[in-house]
Amino acid sequence: MSATASHVGHLPDTGDLAAIAGWVAGMARDHEQVEAYVAKGRETEIRVFDGEVESLSSAESAGIGIRVVSGSRQGFAYAGSLEPDVVADTLKEARDNASFVSEDPYLGLAAPDGVEPASLDLWREELLGYPTEQKVRLALELERAVRAGDRRIRAVQAADWGDSAVESAIATSTGIRAFSRRCSCYLSASAIAGEGDDTQTGSGYSVGRSPADLDVEAAADDAVARATRLLGATRPRSAHLTVVLEPRITATLLSVLAGTLDGESVLKGRSLFADRLGEKVAFSGVTLVDDPTNPEAYSAGPYDAEGLATRRNVLIESGVLQKFLYNTYSARRAGTVSTGSAVRAGYAGAPGTGARALSLLPGSKTPQEVLREVGEGLLVQSVSGIHSGVNPVSGDFSVGAEGVMVSGGSPAGPVREITIASTIQRMLANVVAVGADLEYLPSNAAGLTLAISDVATSGR
Amino acid sequence: MVLIDQGVLDVVLRRALRSGGEMAEVFAEDRRSNGARFDDGRVEDMASGRERGAGIRVVSGDTTGFAHTADLTEKGLLAAAEAAAAAARRGGGSVNVVALSRVQAPSPAEVSVLPENVAKADKVALLSRADEAARRAGSQIRQVTAVYADNRRQILVANSEGVLATDDQVKTRFAVSCVASGDTGLQTGRESVGATVGFELFDTVSVEEMAAAAAARAIRKLAARPAPSGRLAVVIKQGSGGVLFHEACGHGLEADLVARDASVFKGKVGEAVASPLVTLVDDGTMGPEWGAIGVDDEGHPAQRNVLIQDGVLTDYMWDWMRARKEGRPASGNGRRESYQHLPMVRMTNTYVLAGAEDPEEIVRQTPYGVFVAQLGGGQVNTATGDFVFGMTEAYLIENGRLTEPLRDANLIGNGPEVLRNIDVVGNDFAMGSPGTCGKDGQGVPVGDGQPTLRVSALTVGGTAR
Repeated sequence: MSATASHVGHLPDTGDLAAIAGWVAGMARDHEQVEAYVAKGRETEIRVFDGEVESLSSAESAGIGIRVVSGSRQGFAYAGSLEPDVVADTLKEARDNASFVSEDPYLGLAAPDGVEPASLDLWREELLGYPTEQKVRLALELERAVRAGDRRIRAVQAADWGDSAVESAIATSTGIRAFSRRCSCYLSASAIAGEGDDTQTGSGYSVGRSPADLDVEAAADDAVARATRLLGATRPRSAHLTVVLEPRITATLLSVLAGTLDGESVLKGRSLFADRLGEKVAFSGVTLVDDPTNPEAYSAGPYDAEGLATRRNVLIESGVLQKFLYNTYSARRAGTVSTGSAVRAGYAGAPGTGARALSLLPGSKTPQEVLREVGEGLLVQSVSGIHSGVNPVSGDFSVGAEGVMVSGGSPAGPVREITIASTIQRMLANVVAVGADLEYLPSNAAGLTLAISDVATSGR
Repeated sequence: MVLIDQGVLDVVLRRALRSGGEMAEVFAEDRRSNGARFDDGRVEDMASGRERGAGIRVVSGDTTGFAHTADLTEKGLLAAAEAAAAAARRGGGSVNVVALSRVQAPSPAEVSVLPENVAKADKVALLSRADEAARRAGSQIRQVTAVYADNRRQILVANSEGVLATDDQVKTRFAVSCVASGDTGLQTGRESVGATVGFELFDTVSVEEMAAAAAARAIRKLAARPAPSGRLAVVIKQGSGGVLFHEACGHGLEADLVARDASVFKGKVGEAVASPLVTLVDDGTMGPEWGAIGVDDEGHPAQRNVLIQDGVLTDYMWDWMRARKEGRPASGNGRRESYQHLPMVRMTNTYVLAGAEDPEEIVRQTPYGVFVAQLGGGQVNTATGDFVFGMTEAYLIENGRLTEPLRDANLIGNGPEVLRNIDVVGNDFAMGSPGTCGKDGQGVPVGDGQPTLRVSALTVGGTAR
């Protein structure tokens, strides 16, 4: 197909995302592939403080990211607007950018591969019609509930409502046509507890697709319990012991782990698991799955960021490394097929590879049973410094932590200002118990209680 | 460049206050960015982007209403003004819009070569030069990633108090990351440089030297042993540890967190909060550093603010909202990621002034501890003061000498305690690598710096038994 400037006048209305994406894809010239990712989002953010609305933002935004593969070179450009002249300029810019990069024979856009997208119902009209006054009321209710939760709650640093509704369309000159949309909303609060000179904090939240999914009490109780149980925390002696990760922390660990299972990192010599396919890399009770087709997962979606259907990928099965995640490019280079694992950070980023909905296969024990089995150790309720203390290339893992010592199989005294350290490789091998308490969290990973032995804790 | 005509601004501000409120503000932004990435022996990607729009806020009593739009026409702006006004609580008497008058602020750095005037081919050429230099450093280097990025951010701020300010912020950045492979597995080394300047950055920065430094770091770490575990003396090399102050006290000195009762430094102005050797400054005028600005994102000219003088807390950092509540002037620290965000109190370039000690002597006087030559990021809980920061190049100090390299680990401490435990400060000084500071989901460019100094005891989060 040839393209001329006169096409600009035919650009569809800015409200029809699929039509805009299709129009851009149709502009591909000979020996050229064009992909357009068009997204539109609506969101509200409300923060209350001291019984008053501190800020209320509501906004709609839209943008486009265009990828051009010309011969065997790829360029990308984006813009925060769907105005026809801007879209045309963005395409021109992506084309221009392609001429400055190196040739790579493996480059190319996704093409339909016959895998049917999961039928997922992630859209909720009731969220879109939910009145602002009700959102404010819920945030105020949450703040009150946290304050009333315990006499030691000194302040509520912030109580927030947030919601978003995002629609996106992908079209390519290679035949991809994908459209999806999803809603989410949350309530969150961070509590500050104090007793004498001692101050501790804890956060709680509730997440769902529509207001009916949200639980104000549960979010408040969580924030209160987390903040108050750390009061009186001390710094323990340095030791090597078994740590029990609460579900939120396990989810964080899985997100880090996903970075090492990305096929592109493997190809480029940046993964500590390269060459280990088929080998035992973890405790036999560890089965790790990335399944964006599971509607319960927070970031579920029928399509990946290149418009291929998402699919269930088993990465580690009974401790044995089974698979890496691939997008179209990395799969072609590795001589395999895409696992439907292209991800991107909105319209402003070109697609990379990553996990969307990780989870460990739950074990059979309740969190209490895991603690009893562990006997002596440390229950970790929060970690900090994931970005500064975890090196996904070398595997070194060292993060700040807060939690409660475990003694005789039960929670004992709270501890703070400590680090927990090991390596990603050793932590996987040293898993000793997997909890049954699978919990879907606002993350690319679900959580559950996980016990890991021989972790260094630095304190006094 | 005129993002919005003055006549339109006037109409929009009046509309925003029509149903009440004490202050209305229009923040318009036009940002262009361009970047290229070299990886795995090839120029892998070149990307460019354009974001343009305006955020409008209306403040009524203690409530702020906010709306943003990518439509900078009068119609689009009026719609956003109505939405922001509706979001702000009604009530409070409406005030008049004061005639707009231009805020005069010197530019922190003259830009001589605008990135948009540089051929993309010249930007790309830097990348392959870095790759070659890194691979020359040794056969252990298995992978090299080099990233070039520039952006130009033109902003306009107008508010009903009569402020009319513009700024043209140009920033250029270059980074090299290497992976080395050896018997002990894989190791990484990184080096990055960024400044509030254009392409002339490369008149003074050699991408080959940066690449060689990143590669040497990765290779040295192949021989690294696990970091110690426990409380140790920690010496931090000049220019590598500004992030310590950013986390240990910088965030805790942001007036919004203080007002929320979420800072351990609340109520401490006039008190000794650090070793008398510490004088801490936040300075948005410090060009061409990464956090430099002409005006902040509320139209207030950048300032040099002394936060801690000889260990005594002198002031917090302020934005318009918190300053208004306290009936005092703002300090040029009201910043936001983009027109889609509300401003809040943020740091700019935060640094500790040089002291008196010879830096080499500091190491010689340390019988046992850790010498940190490069730090990664960090994180703080301002309410408790507990913070972490990661070391990405470090050595063991034994008997006053650097001995073995150490593997990556986080350090953890409590802000007020660590500030008091600074027992020697060197007579050298350097600013560190460009940083992006995240707060409430918004990232803004910040700089930091310090002389070589020692913390008498900090918890090192290694694994050594």
